[in-house]
Amino acid sequence: MVQLTVEERAQRDGRDGPPAALAMRVVIEAARMLGAERLVPIESAHIDGCLYHGDSGTLFAEQLVAGQGRVRVPTTLNVGALDLLHGDRARLAPHPAAMARRLMQAYLDLDCRPTWTCAPYQAGHRPSLGAHVAWGESNAVAFCNSVLGARSERYGDYLDICAALAARAPDIGLHRDANRRATLLVDGSGLDPRLLAEDAFYPVLGAWLGATAGSRIAAIDGLPAGLSDDRLKALCAAAASTGAVGLFHIIGVTPEAPDVTTAFAGVPPEETIRLTGALLGAARDRLSTTAAPADAAVDAIAIGSPHLSVAEFQRLLSLLRGRKSRLPFYACTGRHTLDALQTLGLMDTVAAANITVVADTCVVVTPILPAGGGVLLTNSGKFAHYTRPNTGYDVIYGSLSDVAETAAAGHLVRDEALWR
Amino acid sequence: MSDRMIARAAVVQPGAARGRALKIATLSFWGGVDPASGRLLDPAVAHCGETLAGRVLLVAEPRGSSSSSAVMLELLHNGHAPAAVVLGRIDAILGLGIVVAREMGWPTIPLYELPAQEHDTIADGAELDIDKGGVICGK
Repeated sequence: MVQLTVEERAQRDGRDGPPAALAMRVVIEAARMLGAERLVPIESAHIDGCLYHGDSGTLFAEQLVAGQGRVRVPTTLNVGALDLLHGDRARLAPHPAAMARRLMQAYLDLDCRPTWTCAPYQAGHRPSLGAHVAWGESNAVAFCNSVLGARSERYGDYLDICAALAARAPDIGLHRDANRRATLLVDGSGLDPRLLAEDAFYPVLGAWLGATAGSRIAAIDGLPAGLSDDRLKALCAAAASTGAVGLFHIIGVTPEAPDVTTAFAGVPPEETIRLTGALLGAARDRLSTTAAPADAAVDAIAIGSPHLSVAEFQRLLSLLRGRKSRLPFYACTGRHTLDALQTLGLMDTVAAANITVVADTCVVVTPILPAGGGVLLTNSGKFAHYTRPNTGYDVIYGSLSDVAETAAAGHLVRDEALWR
Repeated sequence: MSDRMIARAAVVQPGAARGRALKIATLSFWGGVDPASGRLLDPAVAHCGETLAGRVLLVAEPRGSSSSSAVMLELLHNGHAPAAVVLGRIDAILGLGIVVAREMGWPTIPLYELPAQEHDTIADGAELDIDKGGVICGK
């Protein structure tokens, strides 16, 4: 039985209009099915429901708009199925394109912010430690819980926007202290420091973590202090792709894990796994779906899952050293990054390198990659996981440096030394 | 031979249903079911290529995906939904697709929970009749 406050009952019964009432009823039903005893007020939301999966989602969002529905907390939007800044990027048929556009417009009409990014935490949406929020998009949920220490379950289509309209979420799962304690200790202290210094290590660690931890909460020890947001982002995204990971801790790095004792709330770990180079080498190999001999043909390159930050663009440009890509090269990002690149005067440099910028969406959720398929090189653990099922392309995983060298050469150039 | 009671499921979303059992050990609606046609897409899953439409779908081990609700809502809207879903454990995300369809005034289906081991008592392909209390009868 879900206990409701006077305020929640009033909203459910229609005081604030039909969309708010509908949203509250949906949140209450979710709470009942999940076994929650009460709802928890939320401070913000991030909506994944703006990606078109079929007409029903558009009709639902438009019904909320028709009733004058408005979100009651600051709300950002994840990617849509269209690049609204570059109209010809996504090759959707006329009907789905029109419905996808109507869906995106409906969410704007509900007063959500036009962020259109899977990295809202790099677009200024950073809830504080301990704040209850309702976020969708698996990588964003993992970052929100793990890196920011805010509290969100993994909200999906329709519950995300209903939570934003109701300003409430079911008080279950990662909203509650007891469910945030680590039970699995991952000991990285034996790893080669040169590996820990590489960007390409973090998606691999994430992919291993997701496949190993599943829904258990892990705490990783032995990683260097001061990890960048971009490395943490890559780690979160890969972990949330290969497993149902909504939260993990990094001892000495993430806010709920200043030390092992705190991360485990004083309880001994149920299991300890010691990371080795061999374990991670195998995880790295699993990110590729095809053999990757030296000089192998590559048909396209895609990076930016989660969406690229300014720092990642700058690193790419410095690795390219003025060379042009000889392969179709897609860099997925959000408007927050494009605005900053514009300010820095870097957009011309990006264009001159033959890089196709994709905004508001990404290449695994809508048809953008050249038709016909082939082999795609990426440095993203999340792209590595979703590219084959979603696009038919085979995948080779490499570092950003491998990406730059391959782009310039027009065939695969991959530095294997680190992983031997 | 008349129908006999085979099992009693817990009612998660209300309703009664009748249809042939379609048993699957594990399934994620997102990625595992084509939202446009209701066909099963995963080659690793039994009955791949068959449609869920009109069947009593039994999934012993549902795999949660935050987009399962979108797939369920789409199937309810386009008429390719199963007649009922019986899960080994509650998947609230899937249930939300049914809740939203009801709020939209679209046809809905019942959702039941029946522990995975009790799915063994139901034969794949059996004609089932489930009442609004969750009592499952069949020949």
